[in-house]
Amino acid sequence: MGGFHSVPQDHRYRDLADKTGFSLEQIGNLHNRFKQLSHNEDTLRKDDFNKIPDLACNPIRAQIIEAFFDKRNFQSHGGGTVEEIGFEEFITVMSYFRPPSLNMSEEQREELRRVKLRFLFNMHDTDNDGTITLEEYRHVVEELLSRSGALCRETAKGIADAAMLEVASISMGHMEPDEFYEGITFEHFLTILKGIEIESRMHIRFLNVDTTVLCK
Amino acid sequence: MGNWRFLVRSVLIYLVVVLLCKSNGEIAPVLDGPPTLLPPIKPQEPDNEAPQPFPNEEISNLPVFTMDYPRIQLPFEITLWILLASFAKIGFHVYHKITIWVPESCLLITIGLIVGAIMHSVQEEPPAVLESNVFFLYMLPPIVLENGYFMPTRPFFENVGTVMWYAVVGSLWNSIGIGLSLYAICQIEAFGVQDINLQENLLFASIISAVDPVAVINVFQDISVNEQLYIVIFAEGLFNDAVTVVLYNMFVFVAALPVVESVDVFLGVARFFVVGLGGLLFGVLFGIVAAFTSRFTSKVREIEPLFVLLFSYLAYLVAELFGISSITAIVVCALTMRYYVEENVSQRSCTTIRHAIKMLATISETLIFFFLGVVTITTEHEWNWGYILGTLLFAFVWRGLGVLVLTQIINPFRTVPFDYQDQFGLAYGGLRGAVCFALVFLLPDTINRRKLFVTASIAIIMFTVFIQGISIRPLIEYLVNIRRTHKQETISVEIHRRVMEHTLTGIEDICGQWSHHYWKDKFKRFNDRYIRKILIRDNRAESSIVALYKRLELLNAMEILDTPNGDISAAPSIISLHDEKKASYRPKKKFHASDLKNMRDILSKNMYKIRQRTVEYTSKHALPDESRNKEILLRRHSTIRRSLRPGSFRDPAVARSQRYLSLHAGESLDAHFPPRGDSRSETDHPFARTRLAQSMRSSSSSSYAMRPLRRLGTLQETPLGEMSGGRPASVDVLNERSSVRYASPSPSPSSRPPSRTASARTAPAPTPRQRPPNTSAAAAARNEAEWETEEELEEVEEEPRAPHPSWAADSAQTRNPLLRQTPRKNP
Repeated sequence: MGGFHSVPQDHRYRDLADKTGFSLEQIGNLHNRFKQLSHNEDTLRKDDFNKIPDLACNPIRAQIIEAFFDKRNFQSHGGGTVEEIGFEEFITVMSYFRPPSLNMSEEQREELRRVKLRFLFNMHDTDNDGTITLEEYRHVVEELLSRSGALCRETAKGIADAAMLEVASISMGHMEPDEFYEGITFEHFLTILKGIEIESRMHIRFLNVDTTVLCK
Repeated sequence: MGNWRFLVRSVLIYLVVVLLCKSNGEIAPVLDGPPTLLPPIKPQEPDNEAPQPFPNEEISNLPVFTMDYPRIQLPFEITLWILLASFAKIGFHVYHKITIWVPESCLLITIGLIVGAIMHSVQEEPPAVLESNVFFLYMLPPIVLENGYFMPTRPFFENVGTVMWYAVVGSLWNSIGIGLSLYAICQIEAFGVQDINLQENLLFASIISAVDPVAVINVFQDISVNEQLYIVIFAEGLFNDAVTVVLYNMFVFVAALPVVESVDVFLGVARFFVVGLGGLLFGVLFGIVAAFTSRFTSKVREIEPLFVLLFSYLAYLVAELFGISSITAIVVCALTMRYYVEENVSQRSCTTIRHAIKMLATISETLIFFFLGVVTITTEHEWNWGYILGTLLFAFVWRGLGVLVLTQIINPFRTVPFDYQDQFGLAYGGLRGAVCFALVFLLPDTINRRKLFVTASIAIIMFTVFIQGISIRPLIEYLVNIRRTHKQETISVEIHRRVMEHTLTGIEDICGQWSHHYWKDKFKRFNDRYIRKILIRDNRAESSIVALYKRLELLNAMEILDTPNGDISAAPSIISLHDEKKASYRPKKKFHASDLKNMRDILSKNMYKIRQRTVEYTSKHALPDESRNKEILLRRHSTIRRSLRPGSFRDPAVARSQRYLSLHAGESLDAHFPPRGDSRSETDHPFARTRLAQSMRSSSSSSYAMRPLRRLGTLQETPLGEMSGGRPASVDVLNERSSVRYASPSPSPSSRPPSRTASARTAPAPTPRQRPPNTSAAAAARNEAEWETEEELEEVEEEPRAPHPSWAADSAQTRNPLLRQTPRKNP
């Protein structure tokens, strides 16, 4: 843990802490983990993620990893993907998963909710055109169900189709028979997920202890 | 006010029976000794004479008519009591509004009070249901089992820390706080209760610190408060009981000691842990054994439900044997086995298990509240203003303080902190109930102020149940703005929830922080890999998305089946879609009056019975009601498969007319029906079929309901081939395989608000955007939509063929055509 108490590191951490809202300790821990994953390089590549053993069983592993390389998630404008990310990008993506703070006003809560949902939305909207199309939706459902074995792709498709129909009926109300539903826009996405308290559910408890020694 | 009628009637029944019993055999004398289960059985002298009508003359002859009441007295009276309580329950559900504003427990107590008054006036001894053994061995287990079995598992485990914190620490806090405060009251000379020492005060406080949120739970459910608050109240009450019973036993022991040494305190603490953890251990043990047993019961389906009940009860009894927390044991047992058992047992057994558990619990609870009322009147009381008011005050204050303080401590650890509204709900929801009532009656006679304690306990139960129980609904509904979650079950939400969970697990893996999701994931994997293999016979994991999807699809089907009750033509359906589309080709459909009547007849006799009433899954005494849905689903799938078999494709027209021959109005109707000109093999398009079966749940289900309508010749249908010029549809579908097309029902004629179900039924038309929106494409789409509809109808029409060719004929039996057959298991 020697590195991060030195002065330049500390300064850098402080900047990151301001930007992402993590505490210095948490940033230190995450940096250790970052270095562990990248084998002490400055940047992480997709291969490094693919090597994480715990992640191997995750059905939507590809999407999760993709999210780390998606420019939309770096709080800067512009889409597209990058090949490798530095620590700053890493921690920026992580900051989407910070728990809500104790005292938040309604607006802050709503803002947090939008930000978090935007992250999820971006995970689905792979081509960055502002809508989740049926193909993208089907893909997600297929991936999700891919681990449960007995189900064939047709089932997944059927479910995705039904879900899409459902979204259409919820968000558009009644449509004319020859009207087309383009796909789920972000607004619709917000509407359909009104039921889950995403701002309080989508978070990780970032511990203040360093667990890198225990991880593989 | 139907309930009063019922009430009066049930009281009358009871009185008649009681008088009957009394007149026979003269079992009048009241016992003074320790009461037995039910009114004294003491026919010593009447024994010789009374039962025999002619004791002296015809003693040698065979008696033609005898009565031996003492022999059946015990079970007879138990039955009558249960019956009376059940009648009361029916009674106040007849007038429905009353149970919304007044909790059921209040009503039961009220009726109990009335019956108690009647009994008191005729000097009848109340049944001593509250004998220690009767309560703890027979009345409590069903209630606790029900709570444990129907505990919403996921929110419980997400909040388990908080629940335990409130249950354990909260109980301790309340007991000690109230005990000490009351001890202080006892020091005031004016009240005249100086003889109550500290131990007895603590004992009493431990009794009244158990909260029983039954009444509150129902209110919370109705107004759908947020999940965290709900589960905390629910589970707190459960584990709270366990803690209280332990504390009670400890204090009873301590109260008997002349001097309390410090070592006893430490032993008490140690015992506390032994009791709690021991209960946990036994629960898990018996749960696993039960799950494992249920693996082998596939050949003896009829006793399957019994295993669940027996093993739970066994867990309870064994825990009781070793003096560890039996409540914890049975709850944990139910929690452990539920998941596995329900996968192992058949659908029917599963329903039976749920029914049985609900039923037993309801009976127990009803009886307890009922007897609470009875006993209130019939026992001797000792009223002491100071002590009783002090009890009420302190119970209220300490509960409030406890919630406030404990929440401040737990909030930093909670990811969703409780705000002040939630805390108010928690504090105000602290009603006292059955356990408190039972425990106080179990107090040993060595405690010299026992009567005062009984009175004070009853007072606090009455106060909380009546005042808090009745006022909590208006308070929460109009004054306190508790966060509410309106749960809407949609597939999208389930999908996104799962995506989010997997993402969180993934992120935790990436950043190497092991917390909640990590362990959950690990457990799930371990569970899938090992435990399920051992405990579950037919190991097929089903994703929650698929499960929900199936359930929704079926619910939808059910809902549409219900609609014919009213205006048939109002049901938005594929049929109406057809008509709207074809409006240009042919006149609007008109039914002859006689056809309409026939249709109604058929529909009401055959279909309306399917879904009597939807009941809320979690509601306290309502049974979850998914079973039937599943049965239908299985059947549906099997018919799909059957219809895919090449041999099953008879000429549709022939098949149809055969099927409807037995329909009393059917023959004439069928004659009008034009045979369809499509002979294409459906096996060529399995994809289209599956897709339809899945994506068009609304249309498919609506066609259930509307199928008989289609057969009516009065619809004047044009053959499809004519209409769109030789059906290019099949080709179209093959080309369009990659993009989905939704059949687009036309505007629903009904003025239903666009709620989820309704709008899903009147499904709008999302179509892929790749499709250029020009008119020819739209026409093709329309055409194909119709084709799909036909397809769907045909598939559905396979159904009634299987069980019976003449399902309509025996409609007089009002049997349900869809549920007639046992669902075939998927091979």
